[in-house]
Amino acid sequence: MNLYRDTGVVLRVQKLGEADRIITLLTRRTGKVRAVARGVRRTKSRFGARVEPFCHVDVQFYTGRTLDVITQVETVDAFSAGIVGDYQRYTSACAILETADRLAGEEKEPVLRLYMLVAGALRALSAGERDPSLVLDAFLLRAMAFAGWEPAVTECARCGVPGPHSSFSVAGGGAVCTGCRPPGSARPSAETFSLLAALMHGDWECAEASGSVARRDTSGLVAAHLQWHLERQLRTLPLVERRGREETAAT
Amino acid sequence: MYEGPVQDLIEELGRLPGVGPKSAQRIAFHLLGSDPADVARLQDALQRVKDGVVFCDVCGNVSEQERCRICRDARRDPASVCVVEEPKDVLAIERTREFKGRYHVLGGALDPLSGIGPDQLRIRELLTRIGEQEVTEVIIATDPNTEGEATATYLVRMLRDFPGLTVTRLASGLPMGGDLEFADELTLGRAFSGRRTV
Repeated sequence: MNLYRDTGVVLRVQKLGEADRIITLLTRRTGKVRAVARGVRRTKSRFGARVEPFCHVDVQFYTGRTLDVITQVETVDAFSAGIVGDYQRYTSACAILETADRLAGEEKEPVLRLYMLVAGALRALSAGERDPSLVLDAFLLRAMAFAGWEPAVTECARCGVPGPHSSFSVAGGGAVCTGCRPPGSARPSAETFSLLAALMHGDWECAEASGSVARRDTSGLVAAHLQWHLERQLRTLPLVERRGREETAAT
Repeated sequence: MYEGPVQDLIEELGRLPGVGPKSAQRIAFHLLGSDPADVARLQDALQRVKDGVVFCDVCGNVSEQERCRICRDARRDPASVCVVEEPKDVLAIERTREFKGRYHVLGGALDPLSGIGPDQLRIRELLTRIGEQEVTEVIIATDPNTEGEATATYLVRMLRDFPGLTVTRLASGLPMGGDLEFADELTLGRAFSGRRTV
């Protein structure tokens, strides 16, 4: 019997047959794994609640012919409890899961850094101490860096001249100087560039001091940059609830 | 591979949820050996379900008329509305014989990963219904999973501004007939936070 064990975050669940589910996990050592969880839709299932999206779990798999089978699950962190109680956090967390699913690539190829990013972002959302939009944008920027598409912020993406610059080209790879600026480039504010840099480097003090216009512009640039490089639209991004800084503080 | 119509039937049956290739083959050969009247009855039932079944104008449940049986029933309490995800959930609650109010079927749950947002569900119809009718209690009975809980969170936020409206959520906790030691942390935690005085 070929058993293996790993820790992972549940990215996606799909119904299978009458009471089973196919669970997609992003695991620490094995990378992306799709496995069958038998009988988990029944109310008496022993681990049905542990293989829901956002759950961080310790799983035992049995290697199957096509898909592996989940035999045991223990909870490491129940992130879902803190996420589903707030709709903005929920939609942001869904975007994190979809992005991770797309970037993880082939099944069973280890992607430790992406796994750490996903677990960290979900932990931050679940704790509810930061604006979910900022957490999502910080995750997307760092996930793009993992994929090799990190946008240039402090230097020109084309010629490498140090900034600050005033234009941003999604197709060009980020900030561009006046000489390299392609037609149709965006002209974000200096505060937006600062926020992009702060989110990439984890400067939360600077990120949380940003205004709602800079946050909105940053979200737009990050989403456009990600989808340009993925060459496809993400289903979750249009459904992410973006509230202003003031509204978030009020709730 | 079988020839012509038998293979076509196996392939069509195999597209049904929960029916694998072996089951499809078994059903196809059962139908092949059945009495022609039985097959005609099945054929008629399939045709009628596609031609005659509509969704209730009020609650969104499956119905043969503009309004479903429950919305037409004057004995049902119109002040109490139970919100469910699918028509099959109405049947599950009706089997309990505990609920005497009416229903509202959303048509699914909020699931951004599948591209389902508030505009894809019958949430606007629910808000209109509560605004126009004298509803005093909304019972949220979405599934106790991630999507169902997120849908409940969203509904609570949308409904909290209606004056005099009580919004409740189905209790969740330990299933009857189970052992405590096998309960997962989430369920057991819910059971603890929702404990009641006896």
